[in-house]
Amino acid sequence: MNLFAPSPIVTREIAAVVASYLRLGDTVVLAGEMGAGKTLLAQGICTALGVTDPVTSPTFNLVHSYAGNDATVYHADLYRLKNTDEIADLALEEFSQQGGIVLIEWGDVGDDIIGEHLEIRISLGEEDESRDISVRAVGKRWELRWPRLVAATKMYASTDAEWDDL
Amino acid sequence: MHIDNSTVVLGIESSCDETAAAIVMGGNDVLSSVVSSQIDIHAKFGGVVPEVASRAHLELIQPVINEAIQLAGIGAERINAVATTIGPGLIGALLVGVSAGKAMAYGLDVPFIGVNHLEAHLYAALLEEPQLPFPAVVLLVSGGNTLLIHMTAPGEYSLLGATIDDAAGEAFDKIARFLDIGYPGGPAIDAAAQQGNPQSIEFPRAMLHDGLDFSFSGLKTSVINYVRKNPGVASHDVAASFQCAVVDVLVAKTLRAAQQVDAKSIVLGGGVAANSLLRSEMQRVGSAAGFHVALPSKAMCTDNAAMIASAGWYRLRDHGPSGLDVGAIPHLSLTGSTVRGNRAGRK
Repeated sequence: MNLFAPSPIVTREIAAVVASYLRLGDTVVLAGEMGAGKTLLAQGICTALGVTDPVTSPTFNLVHSYAGNDATVYHADLYRLKNTDEIADLALEEFSQQGGIVLIEWGDVGDDIIGEHLEIRISLGEEDESRDISVRAVGKRWELRWPRLVAATKMYASTDAEWDDL
Repeated sequence: MHIDNSTVVLGIESSCDETAAAIVMGGNDVLSSVVSSQIDIHAKFGGVVPEVASRAHLELIQPVINEAIQLAGIGAERINAVATTIGPGLIGALLVGVSAGKAMAYGLDVPFIGVNHLEAHLYAALLEEPQLPFPAVVLLVSGGNTLLIHMTAPGEYSLLGATIDDAAGEAFDKIARFLDIGYPGGPAIDAAAQQGNPQSIEFPRAMLHDGLDFSFSGLKTSVINYVRKNPGVASHDVAASFQCAVVDVLVAKTLRAAQQVDAKSIVLGGGVAANSLLRSEMQRVGSAAGFHVALPSKAMCTDNAAMIASAGWYRLRDHGPSGLDVGAIPHLSLTGSTVRGNRAGRK
């Protein structure tokens, strides 16, 4: 599904709505070019999951972990990694198997080895502050929740003419 | 154990790019400091590549330690203690130094001291200027950190501000890669900026008047947006304007912090402290406001083992040794706890 955020505040809102449909053990891939807002999405999801520590870019440190209300949230960044062996070394699958929630920036480069997940792709819009956001589910894990997520984000749908009236 | 000016500490550092070893006597007399830069390996990849880093550390660690001992002109038996970075950093890289350091300490039957890499950066200025006037405000800027620290004495410090998104050095690296002007990003931007006009593009100065925290993510996006809309723009003008925006914020906040805590000195540290505009502006603005400005040499700003040995000496004197059961802690924070809860990083 395709969503539209006219400002960073709305990008965070969308992240929070997605977060409310996350379950323990989920993996979310955050895709998009440099500067598009992957870390902003991660911040929005973390805040909605009850993380109170500042959520900073994990580019340099590779993985940050945060205590949320019900789960540990792992925030990884594959930007500096170049092959699947290095991605496997991060043991991200283990974090989700232990019941953590795993957010992976630049995760689309490791698509082959990341199992079932939700992918949120963010790209620069026509205005400086606006963003186009597309969401898709990979694998059956999201089958039951997907229609509810679509319904819950309907007001952000980019095809929705209601935006013109807001 | 009696710790004095003749106590010799071997320092070992392997938390990120550099494999380094140094011999320091009495806390600040540097007998040798060897840094085996891995930049050549990383330049091929355009960034720090962790697995490459830990493999290279493994190959370099023993030759680097041997060279440090040899250059110091001492025998290994003269070493009184071994200090090693235990965090923060990349786990695979940290473990190489920690294992080597413990083995040396065990083999020589001397104390082992686990050192916090960030804390060690605070001692780098003292190595070159032992009489540094306290209290000091330290701006520590690197690829992974942007921190403002209030240091009242060696070993006594508190955090005043930090980045809320990207570190300053990360912004330099990413913009350099975006402009395709080379790696490492810091020196590449610095060099390109010399040819450019820093006033040519008005990039935002995020949170300039708002507290002591930093934000560089919006600036990064702003640069990318600008270049997309103005594809013909000269990259050295972009580099100069971007660098000017970063330096303006770093200098203004450091000055404000120094005034707030009534500091005597302003100290620069971390890899970004090698940036020529940051050095000249901090010197100019800080001196004009009546502060002593300490600009450690570039070799001391960037990762090195002399600062690890120095921090180890102070720690040994004030708190004693760590014991051999201490492990690598990837998310060690400046205040000694793990910043972000439980374990993260690779196994």
